[in-house]
Parts: sequence; C-alpha cells; structure tokens
Amino acid sequence: MLSDDRPIFQQIADQLADGILAGTYAPGAPVPSTNELAAFHRINPATVGKGVNVLVDAGVLEKRRGLGMYVTAGARERLLADRRAAFARDFVAPLLAEARSLGLAAADVHRIIDQGVE
Amino acid sequence: MTAPAIRLTGVSRRFGRTTALDDVTTDVPSGVVCGLLGRNGAGKTTLMSILAGHDRPSTGAVEVLGSDPFEHARVMGSVSLVRDNQRYPEDFKLRHVLRVAPRFHERWDADLAAALVDDFRLPARTTIKKMSRGQQSGVGIVIGLASRAPVTIFDEPYLGLDATARRIFADRLLASRFDGAARTIVLSTHLIDEMEQLLDHVLVLNGGRLVRAGATDEVTAAAWSLSGPADAALRLAGGRAPISTRRIGGLVSLVFAGPEPEGVGAEARAAGLQVAPVSLQDLVAALGADEAAPTAERAAA
Repeated sequence: MLSDDRPIFQQIADQLADGILAGTYAPGAPVPSTNELAAFHRINPATVGKGVNVLVDAGVLEKRRGLGMYVTAGARERLLADRRAAFARDFVAPLLAEARSLGLAAADVHRIIDQGVE
Repeated sequence: MTAPAIRLTGVSRRFGRTTALDDVTTDVPSGVVCGLLGRNGAGKTTLMSILAGHDRPSTGAVEVLGSDPFEHARVMGSVSLVRDNQRYPEDFKLRHVLRVAPRFHERWDADLAAALVDDFRLPARTTIKKMSRGQQSGVGIVIGLASRAPVTIFDEPYLGLDATARRIFADRLLASRFDGAARTIVLSTHLIDEMEQLLDHVLVLNGGRLVRAGATDEVTAAAWSLSGPADAALRLAGGRAPISTRRIGGLVSLVFAGPEPEGVGAEARAAGLQVAPVSLQDLVAALGADEAAPTAERAAA
C-alpha cells in the first residue's frame, strides 16, 4: 500500500529496504521485478525504476544482466548504517521539536524515553 | 436520534429469475449524504427506483419519510430521483424542463436553478437530446438540487462531467444541506475516491445483497490491509481469512474485515510488511471482487 505523504518512488525504495532489513530479501536473492512492482502497486514502471535506482546508487541492489535486481552482499549493513545515521534527523529532531512545543524539559524527555525502554 | 429518512425491512426485488435486491434491511438517517456503492448490476438503480416510489419490492417493506413511497402522492412530492439516463420529449430544451420541474417539486427554487444553469454552462438553444453527456448530467443536477426535495436521489450524477463541474456539484451539494429543513441525499457513484469526503453514510451492495452499511468512517475503520512479500504476509495473517487476496508474482495484498488488530503494525514492520487502513474505494473493490461466485450459485439454484 502506498500513501500520499511522500514521493511514490521513495516509498518503493523504502519498502524494498524494509524487506531487506527484515531478512525477507536475503543477500544474493532477487527482489520482485520492476514490472511486478508496477503491476502490484498499479503505478508506472518508470516510477518503480526510479525507486530501484535509489537502492542501486546506495549499493544495496545490483543489476544482473538478463536476470533482474539482486540484493548485494553488504546490503543489510549498508542500510542499517544509513538508517542509524538518519535516526537523529528523522526521529529525534521531530521528537524534540514536539517536546519543546509541549513545554517538556530535556530531563522529562529522558525520563519518558527511559520508561519506554523498560 | 430523529426518525430515519429511509427504512428498509427485508426488501427483495425479483425480475423473473433474477434477484436484483436480496433481503435488504437498513436505516438511512435524516440529513445525511448517503453513497450507494457497488459494481454494475449490484442493485443500486433498483433500490433507487424503489426509494422514489417508481417501483415496489417483491417482498419486504419500504418507508421514506415515514410512509410507503409507492404511488403515495405526499411522499413522491418530497422525493426527487435524477436518473442517469432520464428521457425527455424529443424537442425539449432547457427552458421546457425548467418550466415543468416546479410542478413536481413543491419546494422548487428557481433562483438556485438559474445559478446552477450558469455554473454548468448549459446551452439554452440545444435540445436536451443533443446535449453532450456531461451537459445532460448537468441538467439532472440542476433539477435535483433546485428541487430542494427532502429526499433527493442521484443515479450516477457525475457521468461525463469535467473536473470543474464535479467540484461545483460537490460545493453546491454541501451548500444545499444548510437551507433550513433537513435534506437527505442518496447518490450512486463509481468515483469513490473523489466522493468519499462528501459521504456521511454509505450502503455497499454486491449481487443484490447489502454487504456494508453505516457511517462512512465506521465502515472504513472496520477493514485493514496487509501487503508485501507473500510468504511473510501469509505467515503474519495466520488463520485470519481475508475478504480479498491480490497476488502478483511474489507479492500479495490482503484485505481483512474488522478493526486492525492491536500490535499488528509493529509486527508487520519487523517483518518488512505494510499494514494500512483501507480506503472506501479499496474496500468496495475488495467486496465486489468475488461477486462472480455467489451470483452464479444463485442463478443455478
């Protein structure tokens, strides 16, 4: 399922990345073809291609001529490194912005996080 | 809660061996915009004819504004049905239609009709018969909205309308609800995504049976979808039976009835799957997807 809040090609890339991180698509295994993804999501194959290329550029997928797209050997580690690097920006920054607007001090946020971890 | 505008009790309508409506029981509250949804042949037009008193059920009871509408003058004067294929006399032009309409609609609003004619840019000199599909739809909308009928029924009001005209219809429809007396609007449409925001209430028909009825947000909240790689999705689905399954290559998309189970979103994310709410359009498509089987059974019975 796709939503309206982000570009479609980015959602395609993220969904494939989610599958690789979850181990559904193992290193050396193929991911669904561009045509399959296009038919499944009822979108233009060029849009799928754009999403797949994001992962090719990131070294997560590689093209095997005549066979399709495959997960690279170090794909999972690369995705984890990328997502950890983006964690502060994508998750912590919005959390702190919301905390500020609610008048929560840093100590409150720490306490809430500690409670969540337990 | 006030009395419902429409009450159907065990309504069936058979044409020879065909069952067009099959034991439909439901209420439509007064003052709502109610979408009548379902595939072609689901029974929408048959139900609208019965509501307008143009037809009557084979069995069961219908009440519109508290009375049986069939050949009931008071009720028929309070109900306006706009058909998608309304026939007019050969040489009828717009002015003839506008002259006749007030006779059938006691609350007719001539000023509103004139404003709507401008909105939809309806030509004065063309006979209705020669108008484009979209212009004919425009004529129907003028009649339906300007009738100010307490119960107004539109069969496919959108046919052939351009994007601007569809917006105008939506705006005028919303505005018409605030003209004093409660107005109940029933409309059938296939452009569900576009109409969803307008609909307070929906009735979904499939093969003559009422398969969903209620407030729009409650109907859509009672369904969720799971999609992604088939093996993982089917494992997470476990013993739950989907109302529709769509499979392409190694990918599957499942729609389930009922509220989204607690925690299933997190479970799905860990498995690289997507859990999402189901749009009204996706739900109606899912409910209609398996229509062939039950209809064939009934035909054989």
